[in-house]
Amino acid sequence: MSERAGFGEALAGWLLTGPAILAYLAMLLIPTLAVVVLAFTDFELGMPGFHWVGLDNFSELLTDHGMRTSVRNTALYVALVTPASILAGLGLALLIEAGSRGKVFFRAVFFLPVVSLMVAMATAWQYLLHPTIGPVNAWLALFGIAGPNWLGSSDWVLVSLGLIGVWENAGFNMVLVLAGLTAIPRELYAAAEVDGAAGPWARFRLVTWPLLGPTMLLVTTITTIRAIRTFDSIATLTQGGPNKASEMIVWTIYQEGFSYLRMGYAAALTVVFLVVVLAIMLVQTRLIEKRTHYS
Amino acid sequence: MRAAPRLVLLSLLAVLVLLPYVWMISVSLKPRSEVFQATLSLIPKDFAAVQNYGRVLREIPIGRYLLNGVFVCGSILAFQLAFAIPAGYALAKLRFRGRGVMFAMILLGLLVPAHVPAIPLYIAAANAGLLNTYTALIAPFTISVFGIFLFRQFFRAMPDELLQAGRVDGMNEASVMLRVALPNAWPAATAFAIFSVVAHWSDLFWPLIVINEGALYTPALGVLWFRAEEAGDDYGALMAAAVLVTAPLVAAFLLAQRRFIEGMTMSGMKG
Repeated sequence: MSERAGFGEALAGWLLTGPAILAYLAMLLIPTLAVVVLAFTDFELGMPGFHWVGLDNFSELLTDHGMRTSVRNTALYVALVTPASILAGLGLALLIEAGSRGKVFFRAVFFLPVVSLMVAMATAWQYLLHPTIGPVNAWLALFGIAGPNWLGSSDWVLVSLGLIGVWENAGFNMVLVLAGLTAIPRELYAAAEVDGAAGPWARFRLVTWPLLGPTMLLVTTITTIRAIRTFDSIATLTQGGPNKASEMIVWTIYQEGFSYLRMGYAAALTVVFLVVVLAIMLVQTRLIEKRTHYS
Repeated sequence: MRAAPRLVLLSLLAVLVLLPYVWMISVSLKPRSEVFQATLSLIPKDFAAVQNYGRVLREIPIGRYLLNGVFVCGSILAFQLAFAIPAGYALAKLRFRGRGVMFAMILLGLLVPAHVPAIPLYIAAANAGLLNTYTALIAPFTISVFGIFLFRQFFRAMPDELLQAGRVDGMNEASVMLRVALPNAWPAATAFAIFSVVAHWSDLFWPLIVINEGALYTPALGVLWFRAEEAGDDYGALMAAAVLVTAPLVAAFLLAQRRFIEGMTMSGMKG
């Protein structure tokens, strides 16, 4: 009897997971393994056959000047956008939680970029940042400042895209921090007050910040990965230009793989991208384990 | 913090965040001559809404793009739910050989960004003659490992007694799932639906790769194409197009704010 029930349960389990597992293999696991295999070939779409080239694609990645620019730009962009949008998200969340009026309204306003079509919003930013007719430079001119060619000069383009990136990510980080804040028990603030932590800064340092640790770690990981993946604003506004000054890793994968059809080379770059993303997540997991160990 | 400084500071920051929206709408109402003045005035002297929006509606099938977007996002969501709900249920509530391996595979899948399988999927689509089809837009996203994970966690928290009652009544496992577990899973389903639609409504990378035929453009592709090929320096019309494709999801958000924010917060785990 129980044998039969066990078999029936197992059968139901396989039938219910079967379709999902097949789709998982076809759309995710096999293609991901195929990318790794492709990275060791010179496969080009439309060319007959391919050859194994060992590590050639990877050594080309190391020597290719354009590739180095792309990686450096990605690193710079991440270094700019990640801390700024984490601080912005944290600041907005704390400001919203500090009082009772307008909570719902402001939360909605700051969240708006998350649900807005990035291609369309990038187009709006392009007008705002237009060097001659844009309102940003018109406003700067009121103070006698000649604004730069935000998206058109190679010195400013990463900063401008970074600005758009912070605008895009801050609201998302804010809701994650808000979720973390609501999980902090109210009694802890009362207890801290009894212990003499009177000011808002003392309460933040003694209660909020330590308990927000895991949330901030999560926010840092998410923001870093979102920044690395930046594609829409580049595809819409700069196409990697001017002079490759805004060339970033996912845009380069797109160009090499789907414009020049150099699939093998693009696959190698994809593998590098995957390894970077996995490394970031590994660091996060390690840090979480360490925290739970020592605290 | 005292009330007044907090509200002033929040309002200033809100103005900054809303800047692109305000200007997008303002420019979409302005005639060409006013668009090209470097002015800080938001209200047009002459309203040109009819010209700008009229040009967009005349020259690009924006309704078609929006419908494509709805159809693609709707299909993706339907497949994702059809795969993820049974799988999540089985992984949470049934004991069977291979369950541990499957769950480990799901967790592994959570780590892989969607850009990674793109090259082989593109090669497969090209070889199967599926470029420029709805299938190409939908198929790669039919499986959501995040969805499976989310439903598994949700069903795990559901009391066994509830399901056992159904089994005692003689239902088979599929009916228990559909008639007992599923009706209680609406919060997870809503959160997941919002996460999925927001992600795929805005997606540009994959549609840009597999579609170059106007009739199949998603809203994002439509705006990108209009900006690059048609609009030229007609910012009024360009902003009108941007307003029209941004409005549907923003309107949905404003109507169901709390659900949107919950859904996206839950999705934070995925990153």
